[in-house]
Amino acid sequence: MVKVYIPRETTADSLGAELLVKAIATEAKYRKLDIEIVRNGSRGACWLEPLVEVETDKGRVGYGPVTLDDVPDLFDADFLNDIQSGGKHAKFLGDVDKLPWFANQERLTFARCGIIEATSVAAYASLGGFVGLKNAMATTPDGIIEEMKASGLRGRGGAAFPTAIKWRTVADCKADQKYIVCNADEGDSGTFSDRMIMEGDPLSLVEGMTIAGLAVGADKGYIYLRSEYPLTQKILNEAIANAEAAGYLGENIQGSGKNFTLEVFMGAGAYICGEETSLLESLEGKRGQIRFKPPLPAIEGLHGKPTVVNNVISLASVPVILEKGGKHYAGYGQGRSLGTMPFQLGGNIKNGGLVEKGFGLTLRQLIEDFGAGTATGKPVRAIQVGGPLGAYFPASLLDTPLDYEEFAKAGGMLGHGGVVVFDDTVNMAKQARFSMEFCAVESCGKCTPCRIGSVRGMEVIDRIVGAKNAEERNAEHIVLKDLCETMESASLCAMGGLTPVPVMSAVKHFVSDFEKEFQDR
Amino acid sequence: MQQLAGPLTYQDWDLDKAREAVLEYAGRTGGVMIALHRIQEIFGYIDDSAMPMLGKVFNLSRAEVHGIASFYHDFKREKPGRYTVKVCQAEACQAMGSEKLTEEIKAFLGADFHETSADGNFTLEPVYCLGNCACSPNIMIDTQTYGRVSIDGFKSLASTLAKAVNEQEAK
Repeated sequence: MVKVYIPRETTADSLGAELLVKAIATEAKYRKLDIEIVRNGSRGACWLEPLVEVETDKGRVGYGPVTLDDVPDLFDADFLNDIQSGGKHAKFLGDVDKLPWFANQERLTFARCGIIEATSVAAYASLGGFVGLKNAMATTPDGIIEEMKASGLRGRGGAAFPTAIKWRTVADCKADQKYIVCNADEGDSGTFSDRMIMEGDPLSLVEGMTIAGLAVGADKGYIYLRSEYPLTQKILNEAIANAEAAGYLGENIQGSGKNFTLEVFMGAGAYICGEETSLLESLEGKRGQIRFKPPLPAIEGLHGKPTVVNNVISLASVPVILEKGGKHYAGYGQGRSLGTMPFQLGGNIKNGGLVEKGFGLTLRQLIEDFGAGTATGKPVRAIQVGGPLGAYFPASLLDTPLDYEEFAKAGGMLGHGGVVVFDDTVNMAKQARFSMEFCAVESCGKCTPCRIGSVRGMEVIDRIVGAKNAEERNAEHIVLKDLCETMESASLCAMGGLTPVPVMSAVKHFVSDFEKEFQDR
Repeated sequence: MQQLAGPLTYQDWDLDKAREAVLEYAGRTGGVMIALHRIQEIFGYIDDSAMPMLGKVFNLSRAEVHGIASFYHDFKREKPGRYTVKVCQAEACQAMGSEKLTEEIKAFLGADFHETSADGNFTLEPVYCLGNCACSPNIMIDTQTYGRVSIDGFKSLASTLAKAVNEQEAK
């Protein structure tokens, strides 16, 4: 029996993995070969998907990207048994771990992702899974929070708020009911790390949420998942059921007397529901309109009860912190940006995917060393970091280190770690207009600067690019700047407050794109 | 690339059936959201007559239910085509030519966003990020995401899917 790993994961699936599973199973049966197809997640090298791996006595070897047409050839090359002759196949990659793309990463949160059968409790436990939970059970809630504090973990959703402080606030509240809510409404363009971990190592999220529950005294958790991820929903629900069956969720977890139940709740296509108060409204079955802060959700959250709202990556990083210690985690990264960040490389990029590494590598290292430049082969002109509310950087800022503080200094934000690359055909006035348009489409409508400012923003940009002369254009630029300042300081949440960031960065670094001559080129 | 077997089958609107399907969600956290999803899953859309019914089940006013159903992009108030095609409009896909692809798909289907092709097969919708940004441009048909989509790829996919409709209806 030979084990063949084929991801059950959105990227691989979007490129035909499901058909590949059938084709390989059929071909093996026809050739009377005994194989077992294991469904792992993606290792994160999207450019190699669908990545097929074979377990041999000399370790796991990969072939990728595999298409349906490759299947007979692979069998002819005896890819199941003979690495030597299999190695002659054009798609042969050898030991996948040794590819520079993986060897140069520092995988903590994603250590198991793509390696194990995604929803199997036994596979999860075989690579350190649930050790963190056992350690958490052996200590006190304070002990857990101290460990989190030592790790230096800051919210990976984008706001970078220290996780331990949030947990401490909820832990200190006296209430008959508390909640752990996972924000899995990963709406930022260019981001997919939440999806990847939920599809590739969902039990790490289950374990992380359970530990959070122990730390703050909550026995009920919700994962608010965006509806664009239907495969993720299936995989999460399977993982939850498996964890329950194995006694890692539900009542009296592992005989500890502690309870924690978990439910997946589906969003309905509203970007704003990634904002935590909006998410809570939605989870309560209301319009996803944001709430005034204070009170903070940590004090009055879901159903008015103290609630931890954390991003997927923050929560999925908890098990490794409790397993190896906060100090170990804090040993990665630099300055006040400690630990690792799963950067997501997308857009116009040759080798796109997920790169987990300690904070501090530069944008250039990410795009050139890991990404191998643009997919089109043209020069990089602009990079948007941190989703649709993140700044556009010109190629001259490629040496900026990926670190919360360094990025803020350069006028940007790391956000959720999404990096979207554009080549030299990009029209930055168009991109700026799109930022306003997106805000207009997705604004919850509660506050005026966001709801109306975004529409006025589109109009002003239209007038700028249509201006007959420099004088007219400059006058409109002043209006745009003024409008952006109003949105920034008077919006209730980050949606209206940060939409000016991509807009003004486009103006700052690419002002000539707003001239009529550029538009007419 | 053809992972979809055929169109999802939607039942004809039936208010009693809709009520029956959602009763169990009363009292659940966010029950009305779960109910709206469930109704749409069965019927393909949420008929106006569901508003007062949902109000009763979830102890909300009709206006509140309407407010919720109209807030979220996902919830459809009219019966869609046999397939729903969502084309990503967000930045990562823009960087790989999604704007052009969108125009070509619109022209090919003869439908703008929120419209259905004349043969009733494809309803076109915009979507902002499908979370497959390293394999742009992306589209989603019903629950299936497709990466690195070209207009030629889309055309052949659409014709296969249209064929599946004909086969299903011939049965």
